[in-house]
Amino acid sequence: MGFEIRRPQLLAARPSPASAAGEAPLFKRSSSREWEGRAARYFFFLCAALSIFTTVGIVVSLFSQALAFFGEVSVWEFLTGTRWSPILKPNSYGVLPLVGGTLLVSALAALVALPLGLGTAIFLAEYAPDRLRRVIKPVLEILAGIPTVVYGYFALTFVTPLLQIVFPDMIVFNALSAGLVMGIMIIPMVSSLSEDAMMAVPRSLRQAAYALGATRMEVSLRVVVPAALSGIVASFILAISRAIGETMLVTIAAGATPNLTWNPLDSIQAMTAYIVQVSLGEAAHGSLEYNTIFAVGLLLFMMTLLMSLLGQWVVHRWREEY
Amino acid sequence: MAAPPHTFDRKARFRRAQGVVFYFLFLGAVLVGIVGLVTLLVQILLQGVPWLSWHLLTDYPSRHPEQAGLRAAIFGTVWIMGLTAVLAVPIGVGAAVYLEEYAPRNWFTRILEINISNLAGVPSIVYGLLGLGLFVQIMSLGKTVLAGAMTLTLLVLPIVILASREAVRAVPSTYREAAYALGADQWQVVKGVVLPASAPGILTGTILAMSRAIGEAAPIVVISGLVYLTFVPASPLDRFTALPLQIFNWAARPQEGFRDLAAAGIIVLLVVLLSMNAVSILLRNRYQTKSEE
Amino acid sequence: MDRREVVLKADRLRVWYGSFLAIKDVDFQAKVGMVTALIGPSGCGKSTLLRSFNRMNDLIPSVKIGGSVEFRGRNIYDSSVDPTELRSRIGMVFQKPNPFPKSIFDNVAFGLRVNGYTGDIYEAVERSLRQAALWEEVKDRLNKSAFALSGGQQQRLCIARALAVEPEVVLMDEPASALDPIATLAIEQLIRELSRVYTIVIVTHNMQQAARVSDETAFLMVDDDRAGYLVEHGDTQQIFTNPKDERTEAYITGRFS
Repeated sequence: MGFEIRRPQLLAARPSPASAAGEAPLFKRSSSREWEGRAARYFFFLCAALSIFTTVGIVVSLFSQALAFFGEVSVWEFLTGTRWSPILKPNSYGVLPLVGGTLLVSALAALVALPLGLGTAIFLAEYAPDRLRRVIKPVLEILAGIPTVVYGYFALTFVTPLLQIVFPDMIVFNALSAGLVMGIMIIPMVSSLSEDAMMAVPRSLRQAAYALGATRMEVSLRVVVPAALSGIVASFILAISRAIGETMLVTIAAGATPNLTWNPLDSIQAMTAYIVQVSLGEAAHGSLEYNTIFAVGLLLFMMTLLMSLLGQWVVHRWREEY
Repeated sequence: MAAPPHTFDRKARFRRAQGVVFYFLFLGAVLVGIVGLVTLLVQILLQGVPWLSWHLLTDYPSRHPEQAGLRAAIFGTVWIMGLTAVLAVPIGVGAAVYLEEYAPRNWFTRILEINISNLAGVPSIVYGLLGLGLFVQIMSLGKTVLAGAMTLTLLVLPIVILASREAVRAVPSTYREAAYALGADQWQVVKGVVLPASAPGILTGTILAMSRAIGEAAPIVVISGLVYLTFVPASPLDRFTALPLQIFNWAARPQEGFRDLAAAGIIVLLVVLLSMNAVSILLRNRYQTKSEE
Repeated sequence: MDRREVVLKADRLRVWYGSFLAIKDVDFQAKVGMVTALIGPSGCGKSTLLRSFNRMNDLIPSVKIGGSVEFRGRNIYDSSVDPTELRSRIGMVFQKPNPFPKSIFDNVAFGLRVNGYTGDIYEAVERSLRQAALWEEVKDRLNKSAFALSGGQQQRLCIARALAVEPEVVLMDEPASALDPIATLAIEQLIRELSRVYTIVIVTHNMQQAARVSDETAFLMVDDDRAGYLVEHGDTQQIFTNPKDERTEAYITGRFS
């Protein structure tokens, strides 16, 4: 945010010299007009303040019911337990299998999306002529705009059967298929933010490198990418955070088997998928099972909040001033 | 100061080849995304088109795929999106106007801004839990259209605010100065100059935000659960289902028929989505050529 | 005029941006070990001409070239010429200092690394910084960001960076125009110093500067068709004291801008 023109505050509030001298003012501002202006100002402020209310609402509604859960299950057991079985007896409330499932799928997605997204950004920012950019960018926007339930369907009914040709033993619901499709899904996030960061690198730096005899690839990878690194890293963090919070894709394609594994061919259950599973069921309001989703949701919220803050920190801390 | 002997091994041929290889790597990265998109669209068309029919739009869901339709889901989505737009647009624009035109530069504004950008990163299912805890239970709205719309409103607000702020910021400051010079006060400037000038941009951004909300299934699942409705909502306090939820329902069933039906539902959803996007792009283009005149 | 060897030679050079002809039929020579200044009113195509000597214009998609530019007798627009290799033989310094967002050391080392320098990089960096008269000021903070330097220092760093790859010709595009008078003086002294080793072509809008630093001067003009052309090229002394063309004289004496 560069400079900004400050608007004068409420001109009407200033007493005019004419009225101070007791003469009739030339122009009189009606009091209803003042009232209207003040009301508008309060309305706008309330709109902006609603965002604070939203955050407080999230924290309160998650915490209040998660606390009910932690009244019966210790935080330690929740965070370190390696078996998640809230419905089947014997009950066990170790969240690690859900976290592991989420991280496994997110890692697979990152493996696909980070290199491909960065490659796409480099192509768009450094190689593609204007006309080609104008074709590719809307395509990527469409890719970003497709609902995640559609990606879930695609993973389940197309990618999984395809993968089963390569891995005949692989079960229908698996982390690999969900992770790969999620990778494709978040390519546009990585590429658009990274491209923005690279486009912000001044042309003069590229020219300096070319004038030293650098090739286009050397200019891209040794000058532009390092100069745009903070934006690129932030795009990575945001994309991974998006993958962690993604719901429908993992619910449809990755399974409902809480499973602490690093094998992508296994069926797993992501944190979000568990919340959906309970929402679809008949768990009674106030029951322990019902409260688990708020505990899992709270953990999910904290993970993504942490990533968000990390992303902002990276951008501010490492921003290059050209 | 004599020039030193040349001691460079420029490897020109190697670097040229390297450049070509990397060009194709970067191009390949682009192609993966494009090929992925095309494959997805083709597969869904192949699966879904045979199932497209008029009764798909007009019938209620059924246990038999041949008879199942999207009527309840379509009406539910229309209700939800309508209410969400009614709630989100004034609030989002109001917040944007506050931040761009009124907000003093202090710690509170800074917190507002950080908070809004953090909210944009909160997973949609967490909004679902917020709606479930706050609207469904604490406010006792039940699993109704209103609870769903309020939840989606909070979800899309950060996007609406961001888009509206950009539109407001794009209004040239000379417009404002001209209005102030005529003796207008701040509210008159906002009402008479800033909002009209930024309206096209706000509209475009809002349509894009709505097209994001229309495909959201996660918060709806949490709010509404999996419902089998054979009526359409008549008021905001009725229960509801929505397009993405119905698609999820069908996709999650093991029978082939329902899976194909899910593809047909996806086609309906994508047609709605793409037409919303097309409208916003048309608006954007018209607006851009206008402002450049 | 001096009869030294010609390093850089333009022959009936024309440059178009799309359908707009920016310079037309320019004949130009730069001789070894000399400073040649390009002067002329703004918009006369000085920078365009300069950038066609190391094919920097290639980076703008719509640019077309007519005529030829020979570097050591070889047409640089021949299809067999690799522009990247050409640019490592013909260095360039830009109008505004444009150091990379890297350390002082890495700025100078960049070209060495890219071009596969086989010697000791540290030695080469020191040598280049000494040549650019910057070594004494930065030797204790080579790992600090280049942005910490003053404008004048940054420009000398950019000169050092260009010298590190041991070019034969250095092109300078108004290298002092963004600097204050003291920094400008330092750059001018440096240019005189460097001309003992390098062939230098410098664009400047400042006629006093051209008179101070150059051995030869070329004067370009532009008419209503907006296409720049060469009016006169000769010894700097002759151009400034006894121009052959009356348009040159008019420009030198400030009769039109």
